[in-house]
Amino acid sequence: MFWQQLINGITLGATYALIALGYTMVYGIIQLINFAHGEIYMIGAFVGVMAVIVFKVNIFIALLMAIAVCILIGVSVERIAYKPLRRSTRLAPLISAIGVSIFLQTLMTLIAGPQAVGFPQVIDDQLYHIGSVTVSKVQLIILFLASVMMVGLQLIIKYVRIGKAMRAASEDYDTASLMGIDVNRVISFTFAIGSALAAAGGVMVGMYFNSIHPLMGVMAGLKAFCAAVLGGIGSIPGAMLGGLFLGVAEVAGVALGYGGYRDAIAFTLLILVLLFKPTGLLGRPIQRKV
Amino acid sequence: MDSLLTNFISPYYIKVFTLVGIYIIIALGLNFISGVTGQLSFGHAAFVSIGAYTAAILTTRWQLPFLPSLLAGGLLAAVVGILFGFPILRLTGDYLGIATLGFGEIVIVIFQNMEITGGTIGLSGIAKHSSFTLVVIIVIFTIWSMYRMQSSRFGRALMAIREDEIAANVMGINTTAYKIQSFGIGSFFAGIGGGLYAHTIQYLNPTDFGFARSFDYLTFVVLGGLGSIPGTVLGTTILTLAPEFLRFVAEYRMMIYGALMVIMMIFRPRGLLGGVNLTKTIRTLKKQKKTPLPGDV
Repeated sequence: MFWQQLINGITLGATYALIALGYTMVYGIIQLINFAHGEIYMIGAFVGVMAVIVFKVNIFIALLMAIAVCILIGVSVERIAYKPLRRSTRLAPLISAIGVSIFLQTLMTLIAGPQAVGFPQVIDDQLYHIGSVTVSKVQLIILFLASVMMVGLQLIIKYVRIGKAMRAASEDYDTASLMGIDVNRVISFTFAIGSALAAAGGVMVGMYFNSIHPLMGVMAGLKAFCAAVLGGIGSIPGAMLGGLFLGVAEVAGVALGYGGYRDAIAFTLLILVLLFKPTGLLGRPIQRKV
Repeated sequence: MDSLLTNFISPYYIKVFTLVGIYIIIALGLNFISGVTGQLSFGHAAFVSIGAYTAAILTTRWQLPFLPSLLAGGLLAAVVGILFGFPILRLTGDYLGIATLGFGEIVIVIFQNMEITGGTIGLSGIAKHSSFTLVVIIVIFTIWSMYRMQSSRFGRALMAIREDEIAANVMGINTTAYKIQSFGIGSFFAGIGGGLYAHTIQYLNPTDFGFARSFDYLTFVVLGGLGSIPGTVLGTTILTLAPEFLRFVAEYRMMIYGALMVIMMIFRPRGLLGGVNLTKTIRTLKKQKKTPLPGDV
């Protein structure tokens, strides 16, 4: 029972972590809470479904298509709605992000209809038994893909030139641009990676829960954002840790019989963690100067 | 008074304008917290819901008169705001915003699981006690008290906290106490607005007070001009009426609304009236008229 719930929690947490990474990377560089990020995840899920139903492609090709479309949308959103506001007050891009979020939600409702869409069965529901634990093939695929992506992201950030530029920009935006780093390109790249991960998360959640709808990005986005803050916003390992922690806690809460409070679990944890560690589990302390 | 008005305007529009007034009261409360004191709150709708449910339960279940129930709703929202603000206001900036957002969602889930609030089905059968006239009177009172508070020693202390918390602290302002008081006052107005809302719409459902509503209020304040009272009034009026004017585009309405938010922010990043001092502007305009130009004789 315990191990079973742990596996379920980790699967859910892995999808939260994928979305949380997008929040945390963007926040790390431009200190913007990108509220439209949940919508990118939702669009990813819809593109995945459309690719499978309309174009009848393999699920992995559908995944790539979702990633491509979401990268395009994510980068254009940044160009149109956030870039003009880069030097303005902190709240201006935030309101702009909320505007984008409303826009994308309505757009998808108009295209796909307000009702939930079933995700076609693309992977046979084979179950594997390991001792008392049952793992489905979908869960294994999710865990595998999510791990590959997270390890890949770590490698990009550690060793690839643009990844190093990202770290530099998140360390000190102005100095990085003075050192010859094209900060605009770095920001576009950050949005591209974040959107790709969110799109993958969307397709995986669609496969896992078999149902998607135009408002699915709202709650998932908020919880993923909680995960990012819980782990320490701006910290990439923090987002992964926060996502897994939140997924496991939520599944555990439901298993213990607090199903009615499911959505409150994430937020209660968030507030408790912030009270004791004001910048999250792995966050750096804020330095305040007069 | 309202019956007199119905001779000129349809009851539907009276209801819309009543809602504009209610939102102005709520948004001014948020402006006090976020605009004047500079403390980011993403959970303002939760305090509205506390006021709404308290007032509605008092009038429907306990048969109490309307005005004391309204006041009780406001006071309870303020008490909750103070109790919650006590631990949480140590956080700053975005972290405070996120914690308040979490608080807002927790309140919704609690209301959904409570019996007296009608749970997820909601609370119906609330009598229509509020009227356009009453709302206008309370709006005027709110605006007046906001101006009074902002131009007092208390208000200046809050603005000092907004500009630089450490500096304010060094100058001898007890920042924690002031921030909590500001949070309590803002929540009080949210609660009053909530009570009026409950007795206008006559039906309450926890999902009507989620973070989407909190962001609506924040949008009203930021689009109008953070920290500006006329700005908040203008922003709230425009954004509440916008969906009414956008009815002709039918299903594209919310899409245009979202796009409008982005466009307005790009062209006026500090809000419509942000950084505009109305009294000063009017004074300079008057002066320009009076003083003859050197060439005129």
